[in-house]
Amino acid sequence: MNAHLGYLGDQHAQRLVPAESIVRLEKVSKTFPGRDGQPVTALQEVSLAVPQGSILGVIGRSGAGKSTLIRLVNGLEKPTAGKVIVDGSDIAALPEAALRHARRSIGMIFQHFNLLSSRTAAQNIALPLEVAGYDKAEIKARVEELLALVGLTDKRNRYPSELSGGQKQRVGIARALATKPKVLLSDEATSALDPETTRSILDLLARINHELGLTILLITHEMAVIRNIAREVAVIEGGRIVEQGDVFEVFTRPQHEVTRSFLADESGRALPPYVQNRLTPEATPGSQAVIRIGFRGPHATDPVLARLARDLNIETNILSGSVDEIAGRPFGTLVVGVPEQVLGTTLDFLNKHGLDTEVLGHVA
Amino acid sequence: MSPEMINLIANSTGETLYMVAVAALIATAFGLPLGVFLATSGKGELFAAPWVNRVIGVIVNATRSTPFIILVVAIIPFTRLIAGTSIGTNAAIVPLTIAATPFIARLIEGAIREVDQGLIEAARAFGATPLQIVRKVLIPEALPGIVLGLTLAVVSLLGFSAMVGAVGGGGLGDLGIRYGYQRFMPDMMLAVVVVLIVLVQAVQTIGDRLARHLNKRIRHA
Ligand SMILES: Nc1ncnc2c1ncn2[C@@H]1O[C@H](COP(=O)(O)OP(=O)(O)O)[C@@H](O)[C@H]1O
Ligand SMILES: [Mg+2]
Repeated sequence: MNAHLGYLGDQHAQRLVPAESIVRLEKVSKTFPGRDGQPVTALQEVSLAVPQGSILGVIGRSGAGKSTLIRLVNGLEKPTAGKVIVDGSDIAALPEAALRHARRSIGMIFQHFNLLSSRTAAQNIALPLEVAGYDKAEIKARVEELLALVGLTDKRNRYPSELSGGQKQRVGIARALATKPKVLLSDEATSALDPETTRSILDLLARINHELGLTILLITHEMAVIRNIAREVAVIEGGRIVEQGDVFEVFTRPQHEVTRSFLADESGRALPPYVQNRLTPEATPGSQAVIRIGFRGPHATDPVLARLARDLNIETNILSGSVDEIAGRPFGTLVVGVPEQVLGTTLDFLNKHGLDTEVLGHVA
Repeated sequence: MSPEMINLIANSTGETLYMVAVAALIATAFGLPLGVFLATSGKGELFAAPWVNRVIGVIVNATRSTPFIILVVAIIPFTRLIAGTSIGTNAAIVPLTIAATPFIARLIEGAIREVDQGLIEAARAFGATPLQIVRKVLIPEALPGIVLGLTLAVVSLLGFSAMVGAVGGGGLGDLGIRYGYQRFMPDMMLAVVVVLIVLVQAVQTIGDRLARHLNKRIRHA
């Protein structure tokens, strides 16, 4: 699983860019002139490598620069500084005609699908092929193939207004794949869909990645998307990538505040209100320390907590707990309270047993 | 109503339809590309040429704000140059076309600006040229709006064509003025008005139906 990691450290660390990265951003910055004369810096020195055949997710809040980042990859925006390399060519340096040609090997799907209302599902899928100059027979055969791939053969003559959101996105995906691209860009492709439909679209993307070996770069503000489909993640905030790496690593040991906040959005991760409301940063007489314990993979906490009680005679007070799955691996969280005077001993004991700990505060 | 009167009305209706049809066709031929250009040549748009866009916009506005009857008189030399004469049905087509072209251009511009920007984005993303985007995305998507715009233009042309009657242009307006007004034949005047009302209704109904048929944005039961 770690074989295709295109891990990039921050600018101080040495970059380990695998040779087979199909998309590479090198210190890319983008500044917009801005409407009121105030320039807007959307991206600052962003470096990112998307290995061939991988699914890389970029997660960030609204306005973080995600759309700008993804639009640089197919040249819809030009970088102010830095390089954007896709499949060996410098996208920003390509003349218009060559860029249009290059875009045939970079598919894109959108939050609002962007299908032509005047064309049926089949006709929408045919459009990139018409534009690329395929002949009628080729188009017909390819469209049938794509309809089958996304499971919409029986909807071929439906107009977008007659399709559900999930079906529209399937048409969008088929259209993006029409010219057999090597890379698929997804700009919040599931953000307009309900959780169940999101799941089915993500499954389809995962299948396409697997069966066609298509590289997928997706951006989202939803943790669930990253957790379900990506193997690697980059967290973007204020136009900078603040953290990146293997999804499981990043989300089980988040280093940056923003990354933690995405985790906190997840159900089961948030503290129960009666703990959250009483949490203070400093210990007070008679207070308990609140620790978050993260256990990854098969580690079970119960025996550890039992041993803590038996060996060290430390009683823990369980405040909340949950088990999530991240990138296909179980990841559990337990929030416990322990008496202040044994906090140090407890942390040592838990860390010795391979558990991650974080002191969240104190409750009286 | 005498057979001669009916004959006169039939002839004039034919003249009106002829003037309006020819003027509408020519004005659409000029107005469509002009409208597309106006809708796509602003700053940062497909055929970005903000200055040309502004200059054309000013000319279009100036033509549109000139009262039609003044336009007719003002361009008489030009009409003579094109039609060989300044009176009659063929001559009337020249000012009608000139008045309708900027009107149609603005209506088409409006219809095209209604097209979701996301579609242009998607088309650019799969490698369409600006011209392909116009032909395969903008015009088909704007078609219901364009049809409604052209319907409005034809209805306006029917009104204008009645006005050119006042300056010897033939058609229903001419008939109404010469017989209904100058010879004081109220029944002739009434007949002219009724025919115009029927024509306008017919054009509007056909246009609405066609636009609705072309509009796939809403589900048809
Ligand atoms: N064309 C543009 N002109 C000016 N500012 C822009 C433009 N596009 C994006 N921005 C600004 O850049 C920042 C990042 O935008 P965007 O990439 O759309 O963020 P996200 O997709 O993460 O919500 C925002 O502050 C936005 O206002
Ligand atoms: Mg966005």
